[in-house]
Amino acid sequence: MNTAFALLLQAAPNLDDRLKKLESAASSAQSAGDNAWMLVCAALVLMMTGPGLALFYGGLVRKKNVLGTMMHSFIMMAVVTVIWAVVGYSLVFGDGTPFIGGLKYLFLNGVGTAPNADYAGTIPQGTFMVYQLMFAIITPALISGAFAERMKFSAMLLFMTLWVFVVYFPMAHMVWGKGGLLNAYLGGSIPTFDFAGGTVVHITSGVSALVCALYLGKRLGYPTEIMRPHSLVLSAVGACLLWVGWFGFNAGSALAASGLATSAFVATHFAAAAATLGWLVAEWVHMGKPSMLGGISGCVAGLVAITPASGFVKPMPALLIGLAAGVFCFLMVTAVKSKFGYDDTLDAFGVHGAGGTLGAILTGVFATKEINDAQINGKVLPLGLVDGNGGQVLNQLIGVAIAWGLAIVGTLIILKIVDATVGLRVSTDDEREGLDVSQHGEEGYFLES
Amino acid sequence: MKKLEAIIQPFKLDEVKEALKQIGIDGMTITEVRGHGRQKGHKEVYRGQEYNVDLLPKVKFELVVPDARLEEVIEAVMNAARTGKIGDGKIFVYDVAEAIRIRNNDRGEAAI
Repeated sequence: MNTAFALLLQAAPNLDDRLKKLESAASSAQSAGDNAWMLVCAALVLMMTGPGLALFYGGLVRKKNVLGTMMHSFIMMAVVTVIWAVVGYSLVFGDGTPFIGGLKYLFLNGVGTAPNADYAGTIPQGTFMVYQLMFAIITPALISGAFAERMKFSAMLLFMTLWVFVVYFPMAHMVWGKGGLLNAYLGGSIPTFDFAGGTVVHITSGVSALVCALYLGKRLGYPTEIMRPHSLVLSAVGACLLWVGWFGFNAGSALAASGLATSAFVATHFAAAAATLGWLVAEWVHMGKPSMLGGISGCVAGLVAITPASGFVKPMPALLIGLAAGVFCFLMVTAVKSKFGYDDTLDAFGVHGAGGTLGAILTGVFATKEINDAQINGKVLPLGLVDGNGGQVLNQLIGVAIAWGLAIVGTLIILKIVDATVGLRVSTDDEREGLDVSQHGEEGYFLES
Repeated sequence: MKKLEAIIQPFKLDEVKEALKQIGIDGMTITEVRGHGRQKGHKEVYRGQEYNVDLLPKVKFELVVPDARLEEVIEAVMNAARTGKIGDGKIFVYDVAEAIRIRNNDRGEAAI
């Protein structure tokens, strides 16, 4: 016995060391796994803008505007990236007020390989930063659907630059930034659930899109001239890239290769499927035929609506949310748009504004701690109506109202400024000729050369 | 010499070409065109926006034949292009003043 005890004593310091080594190996393995997943997700979200949205929108316009329209999405990959590096990331995630972040991370000062425990404790902050950047890129690009085929390129650049400062950075900080007004987990006074950007991305862009459509007015010849999509083939490819990229958007918002990422992945996919069917059936009943354009519009509507809910809801509610979004957005872009007569050219409001609002509210209904057991003030609390917390629906409504209000007021002010300085619309002649030639001096198709 | 201008359904192009080959007609010029006669087109709906698309894709063929062969060629085109449904197209016949082969300056029927 004595001998054995002596041996154990001798081994103890050694055991302690080995335990420490094991812990550190486990944590670096988790970090490697999470980081690998999050870098892939960042790339997936960028894929939503570059080929995804650019093709989806590009196919929906007339062929004389295909490059101009793709450029609206593509150029955001450059413009927003530079702004984000200099000051954007800091204004969203640097400590600040409840409404906007501070300048702590100006020029990405201190943003490197060490994790930021407030947001994602297992991945380098640089990964978190670049992942969040991809959201800031696609959000303004979504708006461009509303003013397609008639806005000056210079005006678009100025508008988008101002818009990320006035609308996106404050809203993203309020919902996701530490101490933001609506942040559910990091000390917000009105806890709102928005897993991947129902309010931050889709309501802000969709509602701003409506304001743009109303302010700029209709395209020449709308709605009497034929303005068919010039290539639904491009649009279908784009929409399917969006569907795939959206796994990075929603499942990646778990910020780790975790079980939560899996449930967000499943919810996302289920909602897209149900919404595709919802839109198609509604179209079949109302219009007599189910169309490819209807199918791809439906899947995007479902992906939009599930975005805020994806990390909070079970698979069956995800199907329900998708189905509701498919039918609701179909009615928005057909009945409601034609009743009011605005030219939201590519239905950025009808899909993103309407679908985002529906999704944000339904998140308050279906969010459950069975899916998301992240602690709020050190405890796992009931989340939505299905958990018995009916008050959450009200919080969601407040979040929705703030996003709508900020988008309307911010966008109106920016439009006034841009209109007064560089002017918003191209000339009548330029609009007839098309944006490709008039704004960029090139054409999309030379099938004979 | 006569010039035949036939506007036909695009999917009938190969059959008409084959029928002309059978009777020994070698030269022709084809253009993809759009148009409509009594066939009034169709309705297309994009996100609830309805468009009446009445200019439909057609193929226009032009060929010049000796006067003596005109009826034979018309018959071949008619038989090959006809479905019996509205939208089958039309044939127009014109007089041709002269034909010239650019390579060697052949004139008249020798040039076609």
